[in-house]
Amino acid sequence: MSKNLIEIKGVRHAYHTKDGPLPVLDGLELSVPEGGFAAVVGPSGCGKSTLTRLVAGLMKPDYGEVWLHGELVKGPKSIVGMAFQNPVLLEWRTILQNVMLPLEIVPTKMSKRDQEERARKLLALVGLEGFEDKRPSELSGGMRQRASLCRSIVHKPEVLILDEPFGALDAFTREDLWQTMHKVKAEEPFTGVLITHDLRESIFLADQVVVLSGRPAKTQYVMDVHLKGQRDIEHLYTPESAEALNILRHQIQIAQGRTDHKEAVQ
Amino acid sequence: MTLRTILVPVAAILIFGLLWELLVWANGWPNYVMASPSDLPPAYARYWELFIVMGWQTLWRTVVGLVLAIIFGVFLGMIMGFSRLMRDALYPLLVGFNAIPKATVVPIVALLFVGDHNFNTVLIAFMISFFPIAVSVSIGLSTLEPEYRDILRSLGASRTTIFWKIALPKTLPEFFGALKVAVTLAFIGTNLMEIVSPHGRGLGALFDSGKTNSDYPLMFAVLIALALMGIVLYYVVVALEKIFAGWAERSPSY
Repeated sequence: MSKNLIEIKGVRHAYHTKDGPLPVLDGLELSVPEGGFAAVVGPSGCGKSTLTRLVAGLMKPDYGEVWLHGELVKGPKSIVGMAFQNPVLLEWRTILQNVMLPLEIVPTKMSKRDQEERARKLLALVGLEGFEDKRPSELSGGMRQRASLCRSIVHKPEVLILDEPFGALDAFTREDLWQTMHKVKAEEPFTGVLITHDLRESIFLADQVVVLSGRPAKTQYVMDVHLKGQRDIEHLYTPESAEALNILRHQIQIAQGRTDHKEAVQ
Repeated sequence: MTLRTILVPVAAILIFGLLWELLVWANGWPNYVMASPSDLPPAYARYWELFIVMGWQTLWRTVVGLVLAIIFGVFLGMIMGFSRLMRDALYPLLVGFNAIPKATVVPIVALLFVGDHNFNTVLIAFMISFFPIAVSVSIGLSTLEPEYRDILRSLGASRTTIFWKIALPKTLPEFFGALKVAVTLAFIGTNLMEIVSPHGRGLGALFDSGKTNSDYPLMFAVLIALALMGIVLYYVVVALEKIFAGWAERSPSY
């Protein structure tokens, strides 16, 4: 049995607000094997982003454990790469300098020239060749997100955390980026967690979809995706995909506290 | 810089001067009501030595006050930008201090440090101009999106690294915006002290002597000289902004 690279066990967490503790996570379980890619879906406000902060070591859970590569997470670790819905590129740097940012912080054995070469290679991989010296403000939203993706993997993180990275893009750009993701994964293998609210995205990209219940969130349902490896958009329009999406849709409705019966009454 | 960017403002100034001359001529105003641009060259010619000496006094004291305001304002802004507690504690104090008309502070300062005219003048220029800098830096730092910090923190960056790599450069456009306001304010501060508490130094004193001697063209000549110095200093700030925060300027072609 292969060892899991990401292991979240029985995590409970509450935020402290004026009106007392607000529980966001209550019984969260997640296991991702090395090279695996898990998508986490759930109703809005169910604590998905809290999950990313836990894995990145930006915060500690009240109860439960987060393990990365057999090590208990106690603080930020440089073996993690992150990308958000907001690409958060530094506007005063060129695209190339932005991609190289993590290498300035994470200790690396690479020479300056190797660093630059690696950044250029990644930019070419996501289709940003020729844009290395542009400023973020000169790029479209999709291109900025591509650059942000390069930045999140430039230091070869063992774990990639994507927090709705394609959420703000239009549908066609989003599908382009899905395919870019597969290309990147083939060239630069990583273990990943993708937070999303798009069910099609979850089965197109991940090999495991985790449905969280409404707040406080616990792991409600785990689906092994029938699609494997690189995929085409057409694969989303097969009967198997339709069925998988249907099951997930149903699980989300349960998570939202709406059963079929209630919907019929409304 | 193209020829156009120089010609257009120069033409505008010439037209403004012409209209001013026309206004005085059409109304038949004598000098003691309003001097006209044609009265100014003789005034400059007669007192050019005074203009250079006193203009320099005004200029260096303004710049020193401004530099102090930048140092103190950035420091204060950093404290308020990073600490909620300090922001809550200092904001009302700062706003109250800024609300006091500085013309009323001038006699107090003049009495407090009587005789130290240079010090007094620099102090007023400083007091009047640090406020916008402190506020803009604190707002710039406190409105830093948490994702920016998370990106670096998740890599294990220290607070200092986050400040130098992200917080500081991200605040620069706001800082320069405030500095443009502060430049003008610092001039007002210097001249307030020079006029209200005359020690015979600075363009403010020259203005005051013009008033006492009913030399109206001289008074207008001082105003124009002040405006000129203000413009020069303002464009120095603009040039610095282009160098350090030029990235914030978007090309309008999109």
